[in-house]
Amino acid sequence: MAERQPLLAIEGLTISLPTADGGRASAVRGVDLSIGEGEIVGLAGESGSGKTLSALAVLGLLPGGAKTGGMIHFAGRELSAADGRAQAELRGKDVAMVFQDPMTALHPMLSVGRQMTEHLVFHRKIGRAEADKIAIDMLERVRIPNPRAAMARFPHQFSGGMRQRIAIASALVTGPKLLIADEPTTALDVTVQAGILRLIEQLRRELKLSVLLITHDLGVMSALADRVYVMYAGRVVERGARAEVLARPRHPYTRGLLDALPHGSPSDHPLTALPGSPPAIGRFPAGCAFHPRCRFAEDICRADIPELRDVQPGRAIACPVDPLSAVPA
Amino acid sequence: MTYLRKSWYALPNLLRFVVRRLFVGALLCLGITFVSFALTQVVPGDPVSANLGDRAASDPEIVAAFRARYGLDQPIPQQYALYLERLVHGDLGESQQTHRPVTTDLSQYLPATIELASAAMILALVIGISLGVLAAIARDRWPDQIIRVISLAGVSVPTFWLALVTFYVFFFKLGIAPGVGRLNPGGKAPPSITNMFTIDALLAGQWATFGIALSHIVLPAAVLAIYTIGSITRFTRAAMLESLSQDYVRAARAKGLPTRTVILRHALRPALAAIVTVAGMAFGRMLSGTVLVESVFSWPGIGQYAYKSALALDLRAIMGVSLVVAVIYILVNMAVDLIYAFIDPRIRLG
Amino acid sequence: MSDAAPLVEDVPARPRRRLMRRSAWTQPLGLVGAALLVIIVLLAIFAPWLTAHGPIDQVGRRFMAPSAEHWFGTDQIGRDVFARVIYGARVSLPYALQLVIMASVIGTLLGAIAGYFGGWIDGFIMRAADLVMAFPDIILAMAVVAALGPGLFNAVLAVVVVSWPIYARVVRSMILTIRDEPYVQSSRLLGVSTARALWVDVRPNVMGPLVVLAALEFGHAVLILAGLSFLGLGAQPPAPEWGSMVSEGSKYFDKWWLSVFPGLAILLVVLAANFLGDTLRDALDPRTAKAFR
Repeated sequence: MAERQPLLAIEGLTISLPTADGGRASAVRGVDLSIGEGEIVGLAGESGSGKTLSALAVLGLLPGGAKTGGMIHFAGRELSAADGRAQAELRGKDVAMVFQDPMTALHPMLSVGRQMTEHLVFHRKIGRAEADKIAIDMLERVRIPNPRAAMARFPHQFSGGMRQRIAIASALVTGPKLLIADEPTTALDVTVQAGILRLIEQLRRELKLSVLLITHDLGVMSALADRVYVMYAGRVVERGARAEVLARPRHPYTRGLLDALPHGSPSDHPLTALPGSPPAIGRFPAGCAFHPRCRFAEDICRADIPELRDVQPGRAIACPVDPLSAVPA
Repeated sequence: MTYLRKSWYALPNLLRFVVRRLFVGALLCLGITFVSFALTQVVPGDPVSANLGDRAASDPEIVAAFRARYGLDQPIPQQYALYLERLVHGDLGESQQTHRPVTTDLSQYLPATIELASAAMILALVIGISLGVLAAIARDRWPDQIIRVISLAGVSVPTFWLALVTFYVFFFKLGIAPGVGRLNPGGKAPPSITNMFTIDALLAGQWATFGIALSHIVLPAAVLAIYTIGSITRFTRAAMLESLSQDYVRAARAKGLPTRTVILRHALRPALAAIVTVAGMAFGRMLSGTVLVESVFSWPGIGQYAYKSALALDLRAIMGVSLVVAVIYILVNMAVDLIYAFIDPRIRLG
Repeated sequence: MSDAAPLVEDVPARPRRRLMRRSAWTQPLGLVGAALLVIIVLLAIFAPWLTAHGPIDQVGRRFMAPSAEHWFGTDQIGRDVFARVIYGARVSLPYALQLVIMASVIGTLLGAIAGYFGGWIDGFIMRAADLVMAFPDIILAMAVVAALGPGLFNAVLAVVVVSWPIYARVVRSMILTIRDEPYVQSSRLLGVSTARALWVDVRPNVMGPLVVLAALEFGHAVLILAGLSFLGLGAQPPAPEWGSMVSEGSKYFDKWWLSVFPGLAILLVVLAANFLGDTLRDALDPRTAKAFR
């Protein structure tokens, strides 16, 4: 899969945010990430790991005061991450985004039809009638019953799962090449989650879509992603094919996350929670930011920030100790 | 009972809302009459001496006739019933000062005030919302700070003083504002339809008169609007900040819509609903602000009427004014709620 | 939904806060307001030492324009306008303070009763508050003054009648919010009576918002009392009250200094109170600040 021409490649992305006392804090500290065409890439990590910020940087939607560095390559175009205007051209047209909570991500006072077509009309410079037709097709594709009637209705008249389908349809109606899905199932009932995941998988096939799937839920990840990135404290700590990473985690943090899963734990160890909690932005520990919570930590972990290094083809970890290399599957 | 309840919930959401709101409005109006009754009949000591002259009050026969006429010889609940009955017939008593029924006086002066307050409200909404939106977009940067000082100054400046100062500057010194009153001296009023001169002049197609009436209303309306501009600006900023932070605004930006569209269509629309509610409440304060502005600009409205009545200690006239203003306040707020219901699909469609 | 929205969940969590979000004293506008108020109060206290003339002394010719000797000029009977403006603070500030104290005490009591008892008592008090708020404040005050006779104290009484509801609303909503906080719930589980819980847990939390509200309302009190005096229904001449000074001055239109300086004094006091109140309101927890509307 690594041979595929990447659709999106992020290189050396850094993001710093203003702090309450007037200083700045690094939130994302040098992230490289690539997504091939038609590939679903999972980005995992706890809150504060910088996964959502990295995705927002691609769209140029970071909160005011954020400063960014690094390069973003998209479909042959090179954009400086620091220049928000370049990303604005991608928004909605080439890159679309779906948010966590469909209850709040759809505008309560605009009709579904309006929200499905307003950006379509703007980007493609087409008439209302034509836009309506495209929108109805897309609603049909995401399995909204009676899509023509749905266009005239308002978000509060739909269930949570239906709303997320509408939000996805609205994101994809302009035919973007990349969909960024930020925790798309977290706010939904478990029974509805599976439907949304199947829908994303189906759309990827039908529309040759690339998807960046952001989640803290490795269960969601395992259902969908081709490759996985795990982030901790603003850095990628492990990357590799999904099956490999989830079956044989090499970074102690990935291992900790998996061990904390209530089921499907791949190891012979009993279910354990990670000790401690993830550090807040601005309070990342020196050296490997994970070392205070790591039971394998050595002196070197406290001294140097570990680089991400290849340990197998397509597999990399940022851990100088690599204590799990010998653990059997 | 259960049948009633069932059929109530079978009604469309919007209709239920409207019925409930009308009912509450009617109750509030009834409450207003009670407070007004309590203040006129109970608080001010002896209404007899307050309403009759000294000589008449010393004549027992006249006093008895007066008491009987206004039911003052009866217990309070009956008095209230009588008061309500008179009210229904439009009887607010007689003004001591003009010796005419208060209702007649009010109907003569009210249109001028409604005209002035409406003009001021339009100004306040346009300027206040624009400034508030600008401030929210530029949050914590210098335009925000400047707008903040402007809006605080707006709610801090004494209206009557500002009226004098602006009149002094624009009329006396610069000569660009017309004099006091609604028209030039000796000017002929347009044919009476609504008794709001700008509207009547438009309806009659009298462009010259319209221009004159408009030029006369600009300065007093602007002065009257200052306070409301300040409060609407502050409120709009807060409401916009709240809606700008919502997910649906972020989603709209992610769709690549131009900033203008995101701000005006996605962020301002929900904020507007809240702003209109606040504007409805501000209208009441504006009506009472006319007392101070009208007396400076010799604007013949109920504010000036109330002022002259207060100087003459003419209690019936003042209570008539406050009753009318309170009822207008309630009606305006009810109308605003109903408009809100029609705008917001969550209420309209249930 | 949160305030000021961390646009992203990854944004660092702000330190946990209760009622004050950030220090109001680092905000320049609030500092300016506080400093102005202190200066004005000092001017009022030390008025006799600051001007050579008393507020009702005739010290010169009539209508002398502002000069080095009479900074703000002299009025229609030759009194020093500067002295009258300075002494005016001794009239306006105490009455406005009285108004705010009376209205806040009454409003707090009624709001606490409504929030504590709930049910029909709550409904009754809050509907009464709605009704009173429907009445136009100045006009109702005019009615009361017409009934009781002109005078600043009567004006204060009149305005108290229409200004208690805002305090009642804020206190009631604070009580309703705090009553459900875990720490209040837990002290009730421990057998502390509701009344005692209100006193121990709620009172300190209500004080902050009340002070903010009082600061904002103080400005409004100064304005409305000056307005009534301007109309001739509050302070009576020759008392050096700012509103009535503006009114007297307006009779001599070309002598601008008679009206301009007392009006500026009103503006300055109200502006100072609003600068301070507004900054304090911003420092309040957003959930609390909502009750202010």
